[in-house]
Order: sequence, then C-alpha cells, then structure tokens
Amino acid sequence: MALGLLLLALLFLPLVGGQYAQYLAIQVMILSLFALGFNILFGYTGLLSFGQAGFYAVGAYGCAKLLLLKPSLLFGVLGGSLLAGAAALVLGILCIRHTRIYFSMLTLAFGMMIYSIALKWRDFTGGDDGLVGVPRAPLEIPGLVSLPMTTMGRYYYFVLAITLIAVALAYRLVHSPLGLTFRGIRDSEGRMAFTGVPVRTYRLIAFVIAGLYAGLAGALLPPLENTVTPPVAHWTTSADPVLATLLGGIHAFAGPIVGAFLLFMLKDIIVRFTEYWLIWLGIIVVVLVMGFRGGVVSLVTRKWLGPHREGEQP
Amino acid sequence: METLAFQGVVGLSLAMYLWLVSAGLTIIFGVLGVINFAHGSLFMVGAYLAFTFYGLLGWNFWLAILLSLVGTAMVGWVMERFFLRYLYGVEEAYQLLLTFGFVLILDDAVKMIWGGVFRIPAIPEFLEGHWPVFGRPFPVYNAFIIAAGILVGIILWLGFEGTWWGRTVRATASDREMANAIGVNVPRVFSGVFMVGAMLAALGGALGIPVRVVSPGLGAAMIIQAFVITVIGGLGSLKGAFVGSLIVGILSAYGTLLFPVFELALIYMVMAVVLLFRPQGLFGR
Repeated sequence: MALGLLLLALLFLPLVGGQYAQYLAIQVMILSLFALGFNILFGYTGLLSFGQAGFYAVGAYGCAKLLLLKPSLLFGVLGGSLLAGAAALVLGILCIRHTRIYFSMLTLAFGMMIYSIALKWRDFTGGDDGLVGVPRAPLEIPGLVSLPMTTMGRYYYFVLAITLIAVALAYRLVHSPLGLTFRGIRDSEGRMAFTGVPVRTYRLIAFVIAGLYAGLAGALLPPLENTVTPPVAHWTTSADPVLATLLGGIHAFAGPIVGAFLLFMLKDIIVRFTEYWLIWLGIIVVVLVMGFRGGVVSLVTRKWLGPHREGEQP
Repeated sequence: METLAFQGVVGLSLAMYLWLVSAGLTIIFGVLGVINFAHGSLFMVGAYLAFTFYGLLGWNFWLAILLSLVGTAMVGWVMERFFLRYLYGVEEAYQLLLTFGFVLILDDAVKMIWGGVFRIPAIPEFLEGHWPVFGRPFPVYNAFIIAAGILVGIILWLGFEGTWWGRTVRATASDREMANAIGVNVPRVFSGVFMVGAMLAALGGALGIPVRVVSPGLGAAMIIQAFVITVIGGLGSLKGAFVGSLIVGILSAYGTLLFPVFELALIYMVMAVVLLFRPQGLFGR
C-alpha cells in the first residue's frame, strides 16, 4: 500500500514538481543505490567500508569516459558500473584478507588511493578540473529504441527505471540463499566455515556487489551534471552512504533508501541555518550511535507494528 | 647520489610527524581495542591550539606546546569518558562510527573557530638556521623534529617496559578482567591511555606549526597516512608504527622527487605488497 503510493508519487513527480524537484529526486535515487550497495556489505555481511567513494568514482569517471567515446546512455552507465565492479574485484582481493577494524581502515586507504589517482593523473582524468562536457547521451538500443535525454524529465524517468530494477534485484538478492549466506557470515563466521561455506569468497562477492552498486550510482551522475570532478572520490563522499544507512537503519532492507531521503532533507534544512552542516551531521551520527543504533526504520516499525516485527527484519 | 641521501634525511623528519600520530593510534588500539578515526583530527586540534598560543598570541614556544597537549588531552578525555566508554560492549563497527562522527564534528568546529587561511609563524630563534648535510643546507628545525621523535620513542619504550604505570597498562591490555580483579582501575587506565594517545597526536601537530601549514583538511590526510602505516607495521605494535612511519615518510620524500605524479600511489602499492605477503603487518602478531 505504502509502496504503491510511493511509486505513484515518483511516477508523477515530473508533472507536479519543477526542475529542482526532479534534480533532487535524482540525487536521492543515486544516493539510495549507493547506500543500498553499501548496506549489502555492512548490514548484511558485517563489513564496514569507508572507501565506497572509490568505486562510486570509478563508475562516474568510467561512464564519463565511455560517453565521451560513444554517446549512448546505457553503454556508459552499465559500462561504468561494470568497471567499478572490476575495480572492486581487484581491491577486494586485498581488502577481504581482513575483517572488522582492519577492513575499514584498508577500504578507506584504497578509496583515497583512487582519489589521489583522480587528482594526479591529469592526462586521463583531467586532474582538478575533472572531465567536462560529458553529454547526456540518448538512450539507444540498436533496432529497439532511440530516445533523446535532453530534458530533465526524460532523464528522471531513466534514473527511476534503473533504480527500480536495481532495488528489485537487491531485494531478490538479500532474500535469496546468497543473501542468507551473507547474513550467516555476519552473525557467525566460524559456523559458516564449518558448514563448508568458503567465507572469503562470499565476502569478495558481497564486496563486488557493493562495488557494482556504487559504480552504478556514480555512473548516473555525469549525465546529470555533465561533468565529473575528483571530490566524488574523496572520503567525505564515502561518508554519505554510511550516514544514509545509519540514519535509515542497517537491519532493514529499506533503511538505506529511507536514510538517503532523510539525509537530503536534513542537508536541505541545515544549510538554511548555517554553512557548517558537517558538524550537525557529526552530532547526528554521535546521537544515533549512542542511542538509536537501529535507525529510523526500526523505530517506526517497532512503534507502529509492535516489537514482534523486530525479529522478522533481516 | 647526494640528492638521494639528502632527500632521505628530509623524509626522516616527515616520518617523525607520522610516527607521533601512529604511535598514539596504535597505543589506543593496543589497550582499548578501539581504532580512533578522529586521531588525525586530534593532530589537527593540537596544531591549531599551538598555532593560537605560539603564532597568534606570541607566547613561549614550549609553553604553547604544553598548553596544546593539555587542551587536546581534554578533548580526548571528553571523547573517551562521555561517549566511547558506553560503547565498549557493542560491535566495534559502532565505535568506529562514533569516532567517525567526531571527525565530522572536529573538522567543522575548527573551521568555525579559526576559519580562513593562515600564515606560518616564525621558527623560534634557538632552532633557526641550517646545518650542512650532504653538501646542502639542512634546517636545524628538521633535526630538532627528528630528535624529538626519537626521544618520544625512547620515553614510550622506557615507560612501557620499566615503570609501574607501564606494567599496569600492559596488564590491562593483555587481560582486562584479570587486571580488574587484581585491583587495577580499568576505566581510569582507559581514559589515561586515550589522553596519552591524544597528546602524542597533538605533539605531532604542535611541532609542525613553524614549518607546515595548518588547514581543516589536515586531520583526514594524517589519519589516512596513519592507517597505511599501521597496516604496514602491524596494528598495536609500537615498533611497527615506528618502522612503518620511516617507510612511509622516506618513500613519500623520494616519491615527490622521483615520481611526482604517483607519489601517493607508491605508498599504497607498498601497503598492498605487505598485505599480500604478510597480512598481519611487519611486526603484527
């Protein structure tokens, strides 16, 4: 019911809201995908990554490069996502050698490595200036469709379609045997190993999936902004999915999505009062960690649906 | 050849700032089992405090450093006593997230309080000048930094190995409950260790005041390098932190000279190699 209403609202948003509302909604969807992938790694597999911006950036730069090469939207977006997945595979082999604290430190360091490459490798990434003039290429599938994406509304529907497909896939995934394996590894690594599950391989799979989602989210960015700059790879960008997930709730599927929406609302409200909005974000993080580790979604479900629902949440 | 040798000495002084930060990080981890994400931010707070006392108010150099250590220790005390202490029982991911929240708070707080860009205050008179090293002028101040870093290393080593305090802390690190049972006030040890760690970071920040620019992004840059160092050296090992700092400091000095574009990537490559062949770090257990 609530889901249907939300879908309806999303479908009709371009008719009601203006350019800015569409722009914001696209940003929220991008962050939702980013955070959803992050939470497959954190909430479901128990690995806290502080370097997801690295893969987000690979997706963004990859998509921009591909679009400059061949202006076809799907080619750029899927290509960027796959490149990020490949980067996650390579760095994942190194990162998943450790878990817990070590893992978090490693992901942060490797994420910043990608940032330093984006900043310093001028010939390929454009350095400080980034890549400019990325076209919002038309959606072309040979022999099937060819849709120009010039208006914001058109692009909004494209992002909406991609987001819905990706969210549905993620939902299938976490409720599949693979998702159960991830949760098993999170809750009891030793027992999973005893039942013959190759724990490390599954961690790597979770890492690559998170990388693919981060890359997909990042790849949706350049056609929107027409440019990519190094800050997309900075660790402060890695903080966004962490904050969104924490805000929404890590043990609920919808947590990261709700959190992405709340984060943008909060940002929007706080910047009206002060330019120092990170300090407020920091205070929110501290309050959440000290007192509300379940996030908003678990607060709401507990209040409205009674505490017995808690156990059912993944 | 002489350029290479000289650059090595330059790297050595850079390594000392890194050593002070990663020593604090690794001591806190060794005893409390917590990785303090905000440790780079404490380095930054130390630098800003020293800058205020020494650069803005023009007080005595040593007094400024002392006050900056005390001030940063207080910030560390608040973090440990009123926040971290309530999270020792939950998953460590939340401890990380909490200290991460402090990174955001301290970074912006520094911007709110100090803001703007700074000039670098003059080097105190008695540390001015240059010595000839490998046929080039080497600043006396850099030599002072190297000496200070080594001195701190010796003090830490003697403190941990030789004193009653050191034994108490080591006992707490190896078995919290047992230490508690034989009458060690564990929460107080935790607070104390956290404050000492914070002071080490602050010392690194404060000593850099006459030669390095302070800016709000400093904390993040330091913590990432400190992470790389502890991964290379082994988490929880002081020796590892020292050797790791030397490797990273000297490599980045050579990196800027030989491959300016991939200076940072070089350090990460070393980290990746260590991870592949010795995942627990050079001196990790």
